[in-house]
Amino acid sequence: MKIGVLALQGAFIEHENMLTDIGTVCTEVRQVSDLQGLDGIVLPGGESTVQGQLLQKSGLLAPLWDLIAGGLPTLATCAGLILLAQKIKDSPVTHLGTLPVTIKRNAYGRQLSSFVTEEPVKGIGNFSMVFIRAPYIEHADMDVEILAKVDGKIVAVKYGNQIGLSFHPELSGNPKIHKWFLSLCEKRLDVYPLHHT
Amino acid sequence: MNQTQYELNKGLAQMLKGGVIMDVTTPEQAKIAEEAGACAVMALERIPADIRAAGGVSRMSDPKMIKGIQAAVSIPVMAKCRIGHFVEAQVLQAIEIDYIDESEVLSPADDVYHIDKTAFQVPFVCGARDLGEALRRISEGAAMIRTKGEPGTGDVVQAVRHMRKMNAQIRQLVSMKQDELFEAAKQLQVPYELALYVHENQKLPVVNFAAGGVATPADAALMMQLGAEGVFVGSGIFKSGNPAKRAAAIVQAVTNYTDAALIARLSEDLGEAMVGINPNEIKLIMEERGQ
Repeated sequence: MKIGVLALQGAFIEHENMLTDIGTVCTEVRQVSDLQGLDGIVLPGGESTVQGQLLQKSGLLAPLWDLIAGGLPTLATCAGLILLAQKIKDSPVTHLGTLPVTIKRNAYGRQLSSFVTEEPVKGIGNFSMVFIRAPYIEHADMDVEILAKVDGKIVAVKYGNQIGLSFHPELSGNPKIHKWFLSLCEKRLDVYPLHHT
Repeated sequence: MNQTQYELNKGLAQMLKGGVIMDVTTPEQAKIAEEAGACAVMALERIPADIRAAGGVSRMSDPKMIKGIQAAVSIPVMAKCRIGHFVEAQVLQAIEIDYIDESEVLSPADDVYHIDKTAFQVPFVCGARDLGEALRRISEGAAMIRTKGEPGTGDVVQAVRHMRKMNAQIRQLVSMKQDELFEAAKQLQVPYELALYVHENQKLPVVNFAAGGVATPADAALMMQLGAEGVFVGSGIFKSGNPAKRAAAIVQAVTNYTDAALIARLSEDLGEAMVGINPNEIKLIMEERGQ
């Protein structure tokens, strides 16, 4: 299996390290040719405004949309979740827009309000969640599965093969979510066997 | 600052990696920077080149001006306080700045002591010319390091020197036998535990950006290829002919820092770069402040 990590800006190396530690081959995605032959993609944290602009300038936006909308397993954290969201609150801008949720950026406030908390994630169990100038999901469509809430706010969802998280599993030291994501990538091989021919 | 807060503060710096942090003096410039792809802005009253030109004592910016910039953009906002001026830092924390730069660009307020950054909740970035300075700042609580370079010159030579020196010293520590680290820590004037961290992990315990004199997309890519994890651009953008275009080009060059063909395209028609002065022509050497 080969997992791509979007490497335009932000904490992509942390995801690569975690995936490499659990025995996965990773490749950094900066241009369209890097999308060849991926079994899954990680959209890392960082600044969503920067990543969004670089998605456009690199020409990655349209082909990446095609792949994700076509079922490529996707793990999106923090800024990555903002890239996936269909609506961004108080902003006319959207990026990939493949995940039918409304996201609120910097929902908890500035850096002084960043925090760590341990809460259950559906199918994973208790997980130490690192929130850094994090967004949360204000509204999710009916068919979006809610995996975790913190203080009543939605912070983790799954929709088809897309997983969106407000927090940073790559900074938690706990690879459970990454392992679960990899199992999703493997399952997809069964569902779409033609993908590899 | 407890350990969790410190990890969160280091984490914010990790989110800034691969990005460009731009000096801005007005909300309008902050918006230009955000739209060009800055991952954070540094709010200050005068950019370093103008601080140099104005002379005199340079202090923390007016909080009202910083708040105006905080209101204008959604990306993190940083601001500078003077070296050792912990009350300026308290003021910046009170207005919920995202990152404080305890900076040699401003006039030092204390010629012996840096701020005890462990006493704050808000994260700090500090300048360093070598591994000793970097690890001393980290032991004082800095959650991010940048090279000092020589601010406000448009001359990248010192940033290159500082980045090369830091990385050479890291390689030296890595190659040592563990029992040699005690003496190395003593010579570097740093705590043994931090020397040991570098020896075992082959890197600083925090994110390391380049700063000071970066003026072109090629300068930014040079610093990235030398091992910087991101770039500060101070005077280089708003002292140039076409700030929006130059800023966007530097952002793309930092992402694609090994793609020379792209950097060539990005370097076309950027208009005039900042004029620049070389270090032999200046009297005030800011990099010597705060060791």
